Amino acid sequence: MDVVWENREAILIGFTHTILLFVIAGIGSLLLGTLLAAMRVGPIGVLRVAAVIYVSLVRNTPLLMILLLFRFGLPKVDIKFSFVDVVIPTTAGDIRLNNIFTACVLGLTVYTAAFVAEAIRSGINAVPLGQAEAARAIGLPFGGVMREVILPQAFRATVPPLASVQIALIKNTTVAGAVGVVEAFNVMRSMTNNYAGSRIEIFIAFAIIFVFLVEIYSFAAHRLERRWRIA
Amino acid sequence: MRRLKFGMAAAALLVAGSTLAACGDAGEEDGGGVDVSAEDDCDGKFDDGTRMAELAEDGSINVGVKYDQPGLGFKDAGSDIPTGFDVEIAKLLVADLCIDPEDTDAVNYEETISDNREPYLESGRVDIVLASYSITDERRQIVGQTGPYMVTGQQVLVPADSDVESIADLKGEEVCSAAGSTSLENVNKEGAVGVPAETYGQCAEDVVNGTVPAMSTDGSILLGLAAQYDGELKVVGEEFSEERIGVGYSKDLPEMCEWINGVLEESFENGDWEDAFNATLGGDDVEVPEPPTLDECQA
Repeated sequence: MDVVWENREAILIGFTHTILLFVIAGIGSLLLGTLLAAMRVGPIGVLRVAAVIYVSLVRNTPLLMILLLFRFGLPKVDIKFSFVDVVIPTTAGDIRLNNIFTACVLGLTVYTAAFVAEAIRSGINAVPLGQAEAARAIGLPFGGVMREVILPQAFRATVPPLASVQIALIKNTTVAGAVGVVEAFNVMRSMTNNYAGSRIEIFIAFAIIFVFLVEIYSFAAHRLERRWRIA
Repeated sequence: MRRLKFGMAAAALLVAGSTLAACGDAGEEDGGGVDVSAEDDCDGKFDDGTRMAELAEDGSINVGVKYDQPGLGFKDAGSDIPTGFDVEIAKLLVADLCIDPEDTDAVNYEETISDNREPYLESGRVDIVLASYSITDERRQIVGQTGPYMVTGQQVLVPADSDVESIADLKGEEVCSAAGSTSLENVNKEGAVGVPAETYGQCAEDVVNGTVPAMSTDGSILLGLAAQYDGELKVVGEEFSEERIGVGYSKDLPEMCEWINGVLEESFENGDWEDAFNATLGGDDVEVPEPPTLDECQA
């Protein structure tokens, strides 16, 4: 375990990138996914079809392909993300939010949004149709029906599946490590290469940290679920 | 217009994907290198009980090489035996055991990547490793390494219109190299910020499209990539690190060290080493370097 302790700063920076990828892509995918779900159940035909196409296209594409599109495909047609270049110096090392990081965040957001949309749709479907009809009957427009009546109930029913989707996202951030973000998985790979004799310890240490992160998140999701349980 | 752009992006993605998979064809040589023929008589050549005697007796050997580095160890889909400088040196070693290096039934050229070279040696899955394997003290604690049979240095590859002249101009800038490689560590040591990538092909793609300003690794690999991108990239700067490429063997079999050094020394003297270099890394305007000095075997 000495090796792990000696490299604690690199590991810390790695996991900071992992968590930043998760938090930014998590919030982004929640927003985009909610929008898609609303389009999908909404009254406008074109938007409905667009949402269906988005979900089936993105959900059926491997994550690595999507990240490769953002990392290598879009720069080929001059869509670059170089305008993002934030370096946060810390005592352990620099946290770099650059073009590569941005491309990966966008890829993860686009990918996870499809799953979020479906999770929320399942929640919306769980709200009895009578609720929407009653809301319409008192004169609320579609936006109002969604905002005031359907989504608050739908989100409650959605917490467990959404938590699963976001937990998958925590682990999916490792794919960004394969295309150039110095996140946890990437740090682990350079460590296993440099300290070939302590591979098992390094693997175990990283697995434990990941389990720990996911457990924290699960715990929070569980509390939220209990708190929001309809009385 | 938007749709067109998306189509172009998808096509670009395909291109990027295939470079990742194939890692380019640059540096490929015609004819597959030098003809190395096996020695005839190995009876009594090696002491009984040594691993060399066992291998010569068996008539078969497993050699760990790279499949994805043009010029050093590269295997294209159509050929049975990989090509490159590492492979040529491996052939000399194999031939010394009276095994025909061109006979794929006798010699198994196993692919080793940077991550699995030590486990393969420790478990005995390969007998020797020649896979651009830099000699380091950490590695020497777990496996045997001898040589070097080549000393190379790291340079910088930048877009053809770049002002960068050496690694010193890239302090605080992002520089791409292969994940887990010593090249990446060296980039960080020089004050640049290492960006890890799966393959060197991926790095080159990033340099071409401007995602990173430069990439860095062994000069020989960079020359191959520059050739592949035909005028879009150039290699600049002095070599700023020293990589000593050696042969890996199992630490349980220390007798292999003297044998490997013997074969390498012989190849330095009789010109086989130079032939191997010319057939793989050499070219019209590439000078053949002096053969390196071998490390002593620890008893």
